[in-house]
Amino acid sequence: MEMTVAFSPEDIKSENRTFRFVLTFSVMFIFWVLLSAWSVYFPEPYDFTKVSRGVFCALIVTLLTWEIFVPRRGDKVLLKVQRLIPYMAWEIWQIYLAAVDVAKRILGILDIDPQIVEFDTPMLRSDFAFLAFATSITLTPGTVTILVDPERGRYTCHAIAKGPADGLAVDQGMQKYVAWVFMEESKEGEK
Amino acid sequence: MLAIDIISTLFMLAGAFVMILGPVGLLKFPDFYTRIHAAGKGDTLGQILVIFGCMIYEGFSFITIKLLMVVLFYLFAGPCSTHALMKAAYVTGVPVWKKGDKRM
Repeated sequence: MEMTVAFSPEDIKSENRTFRFVLTFSVMFIFWVLLSAWSVYFPEPYDFTKVSRGVFCALIVTLLTWEIFVPRRGDKVLLKVQRLIPYMAWEIWQIYLAAVDVAKRILGILDIDPQIVEFDTPMLRSDFAFLAFATSITLTPGTVTILVDPERGRYTCHAIAKGPADGLAVDQGMQKYVAWVFMEESKEGEK
Repeated sequence: MLAIDIISTLFMLAGAFVMILGPVGLLKFPDFYTRIHAAGKGDTLGQILVIFGCMIYEGFSFITIKLLMVVLFYLFAGPCSTHALMKAAYVTGVPVWKKGDKRM
């Protein structure tokens, strides 16, 4: 029942609309300061026209993106971010392993035995989790995502050898990790 | 200053080596899908290493933050382009090479 309430029109009218707008604007303005203002504008004396350029640009971007920048229903955002940071560090380590793996196969140390794997992901639910998992498959050694069916949670992947294919379809360790990061273990429990 | 030069050069050379392996695999592997593996995977690490070398060379400044943003963008854009090519090939029915087949 929670899902249907979350996207109702009453929620759009609620007061956190201002908060979302202001938060988006602050992030965009800080982004502008970091990217262009720090070295170009700020060493010179303070001038309203210079800063107003940044405010103007940040305002345009905010008007375009504030509805999608801050999600309407932020549930345990801090905990998710706390779990996301070690996940990204782990992912960078996986990128290193993937490059070493594919380099070994190019140089002929390991054999290639390509195959296409299909498997279901009953644990994942939100779009962002699907996207993160598809990107993670592409970044981890030996596998690339081909198709994602978000309705059924069905993934079609191309694996370069049998080892990476079994890691995805049989062990499913990464799937559990992504589900843990996005806190989506309890799909059956909610329904 | 010399140490920074040497370290950053080592990072950039490592990145260049990883990226050179991509075209080698492109010539060596038998079909489209495995070639995408060779082209897409090594590139991500190679690019990150080269940009990391630039960050060390630059020291801590606002250019470092901009380079970090380039790395983050690459982490999102690299898998997406690989995935788009793979999906296009799979949907249009490019045949998949199995072990023991002839080279395509």
